[in-house]
Amino acid sequence: MLDQADGYMTADGRQIGPVVMEMKNITLRFGGVEAIKNISFDIREGEVRAIIGPNGAGKSSMLNVISGFYVPQDGQVLYKGVQRPQMRPYQVAQQGIARTFQNIALFEGMSVLDNVMTGRLTHMKTGMFSQALWKGRAEKEETANREVAERIIDFLEIQAIRKTPVARLPYGLKKRVELARALAAEPSLLLLDEPMAGMNVEEKEDMSRFILSMNDEFGTTIALIEHDMGVVMDLSDRVVVMDYGKKIGDGTPDEVRNNQAVIDAYLGVAHDE
Amino acid sequence: MSKTLDGAGGLISVPALLHRNATQFGSAPAYREKEFGIWQSWTWSQTNEEIEALALGLLDLGVAEGDFIAVIGRNRPYLYWSMMAAQMVGAVPVPLYQDASAEEMAYTMSHCGARFVIAGDQEQVDKVMEIQSELTEFEAMIYLDPRGLRKYDSAKLTQYSAVQEAGRSKRAALQPEMKARIAKLDYDSTCVMLYTSGTTGKPKGVVLSNRNVIETAKSSSEFDDLRQTDDILAYLPMAWVGDFIFSVGQALWCGFCTNCPESADTMHTDLREIGPTYYFAPPRVFENQLTNVMIRMEDASPMKKRLFDYFMGVARKVGPSILDGNPVSLIDRIRYQLGELAIYGPLKNTLGFSRVRVGYTAGEAIGPEIFDFYRSLGINLKQLYGQTEATVFITAQPDGEVRSDTVGVTCPGVELKIAENGEVFYRSPGVFVEYYKNAESTADTKDAEGWVATGDAGFIEESSGHLRIIDRAKDVGQTGNGNMFAPKYVENKLKFFPNILEAVVFGNGKPNCTAFVNIDLTAVGNWAERNNIAYASYQELAGHPEVLATIQSHVEEVNASVAQDVMLSDCQVHRFVVLHKQLDADDGELTRTQKVRRRIIEEKFSDIIDAMYDGSDTISTTTEVTYEDGRKGAISATLDIRDAAVQTVNSQIAAQ
Repeated sequence: MLDQADGYMTADGRQIGPVVMEMKNITLRFGGVEAIKNISFDIREGEVRAIIGPNGAGKSSMLNVISGFYVPQDGQVLYKGVQRPQMRPYQVAQQGIARTFQNIALFEGMSVLDNVMTGRLTHMKTGMFSQALWKGRAEKEETANREVAERIIDFLEIQAIRKTPVARLPYGLKKRVELARALAAEPSLLLLDEPMAGMNVEEKEDMSRFILSMNDEFGTTIALIEHDMGVVMDLSDRVVVMDYGKKIGDGTPDEVRNNQAVIDAYLGVAHDE
Repeated sequence: MSKTLDGAGGLISVPALLHRNATQFGSAPAYREKEFGIWQSWTWSQTNEEIEALALGLLDLGVAEGDFIAVIGRNRPYLYWSMMAAQMVGAVPVPLYQDASAEEMAYTMSHCGARFVIAGDQEQVDKVMEIQSELTEFEAMIYLDPRGLRKYDSAKLTQYSAVQEAGRSKRAALQPEMKARIAKLDYDSTCVMLYTSGTTGKPKGVVLSNRNVIETAKSSSEFDDLRQTDDILAYLPMAWVGDFIFSVGQALWCGFCTNCPESADTMHTDLREIGPTYYFAPPRVFENQLTNVMIRMEDASPMKKRLFDYFMGVARKVGPSILDGNPVSLIDRIRYQLGELAIYGPLKNTLGFSRVRVGYTAGEAIGPEIFDFYRSLGINLKQLYGQTEATVFITAQPDGEVRSDTVGVTCPGVELKIAENGEVFYRSPGVFVEYYKNAESTADTKDAEGWVATGDAGFIEESSGHLRIIDRAKDVGQTGNGNMFAPKYVENKLKFFPNILEAVVFGNGKPNCTAFVNIDLTAVGNWAERNNIAYASYQELAGHPEVLATIQSHVEEVNASVAQDVMLSDCQVHRFVVLHKQLDADDGELTRTQKVRRRIIEEKFSDIIDAMYDGSDTISTTTEVTYEDGRKGAISATLDIRDAAVQTVNSQIAAQ
């Protein structure tokens, strides 16, 4: 039902495009531990794709495979139809993949604005020397990039903390700043590693609103890992469910919710051997 | 320019004033708004063009003369323009409170039968969508910020810029109609309709004419010598009459620049960047700023703290006198100048008050310490007394006659009289036309000769001619002993303590007085932090024994001060409760302008009030609360009821 080559239409009437990233029979081992066992799924343009699973299911490992940080021992990662070679993180960024981290990784001593500006790094072409002089092209480039950064600051409603050093911010806001930085890269694929972890209900609602409008407004393709089932079911178009490194479910939130294997993994199952 | 009662030099409507500004001060800034980190600005001639384009677009949408157009959103130039564009096509703008709930909006919008709505963003659009089935006259909505609205059914929705675009492209065809409608506007046409915040019962729609608005803007601008080069920061709700008079009335009359903040959270940063020359804030804002300064000084290094304390001492001693132009010794002047260099100047800059020439506070009484703090820094902070029905101005303090306990002398053109029962009446060119669709209330408030009842009890001080307000006339009652009961008088004294955010005093017809107290989370939270007192919630902090002890000492201090006043000595607080929740407009306990709704609180917390009078030491209660998104929940708590020491006054002897 979801395997039409040109994508599909979501329940709320958004057109989902062709496959952006495809994972084919991925297996990832750390020594003797198989973190991911022969998993295949795809991410389509414009969709919100969630990866869920209990603790230790291999979700973060999966995200790291998508981001190119881990290279799987077996299987293929196809990005925009091309087999992806082993890459350095900055090359991944240049390809248009941005991410946030489970444990926030911001430049604590820098202001929010400067942090967001670092997200624009891949879009800056002028060299170090002309940037230091800050004349002509470099100045124009910075102005243009600042404008993008400001639009994102406006979008995520963090104007009030624009000049505040990140270290002074509470956790929930740091998460938002991290999202701003990732968004500043204008990614074609945005990876969110537990964007709601440790948040209260109100912060979760805010974050959900941002994720949805990001997807709506900029058409950003989003892949996210999340523990909070309620949030995932509300946000995502399709969900991959993992347990002990294996894929146990894949489909729309409704399909996944009614999947017996998923229910067992989450609620537990009686062991009567 | 000739100035007659029929409008000065033909300036008898908002479009006329706008036209004058566009030709006379064409290149001067009229509006600024911070967006994307930069102050965007529009000159008067650009503003005129924008408003005309929108007005033409409104014609294109089919706005008829006399239609009501609801305007909802935070302070933005575009929404001020919306109001003026409505006036250009003979419609009546009705600004609504942006944080009003959908039900509240349903009431006001169906009361005036608004055909059109201009909404700031998705949040406001959602609210109107939610209630549109109740709004029989509602036809179309114009939205400003398209974020999140892409997927909405567009049948009734049009983007602001699209309306302007349509107006521009059909300029030739529509302009004659617009000009004809402008020409029909006279001094008695309706300028705006503003809903009162509704301390009691449903809000009432106050109709203000061009005469009301323009005459008031003119006389008040002259009173304070407002200039074309002034700057104001527009951050108070657009639905509030004060904002309409400052940001539309006076701004148009003088031609000064209205600055809109980037968002509600950035207000203080924006205030600092703009440095307004004319500033208005309710006492609460000044209180918060002072609390913040004091908290930061607690954390400052000892050297800085000593400098601050020394120079603030100097300022308190001579600052107000210098501001009022009274004689001050040379030594003190030199000390004050040093203080200006070291402390006052930088502090004013941090607060955004470096350029303030005229500052006003009104709405509630301001604590004398707070008031004197700002005045001693050299900020010309004054008080005024007004209401929606008077187009704001009833009395104001002239420069050089400023005190914290009066509200000033009558504004130019205003007459005042005090009724037998102490209620204040006034008559002025600003007196409102009527309450819309409510002849009964209009007749109750305004008599045939044009005298309007303020609902406030007060008296004119003989020595200075200044008006002093005691309380709402209907709240003034009698205690069990037959003495005067003026709850606000006591509440204000309580609220002057930084730890107390809100207080409600009961005692009408009761044997003695009791009170509810809300702690100020900023002040008390900071104190708790410094004293290593851990707390998880507002409720827990509010119930902490040490907090209760502190509040008790405040209450007892107030009792001592109330006891001094022979007339009101019976208003001493015998017992009090520190409430487990903050009184909130969302729960109906406060009005949208943050005034206490006594009756509702009395009903809602009747169990606690009963417990205060039946001698119990604790009371368990459950209270319904409304969250910001409209969902409801409940919180339960067991509250301590405390006895406060009262001063015995033998009023019989004192009276003799």
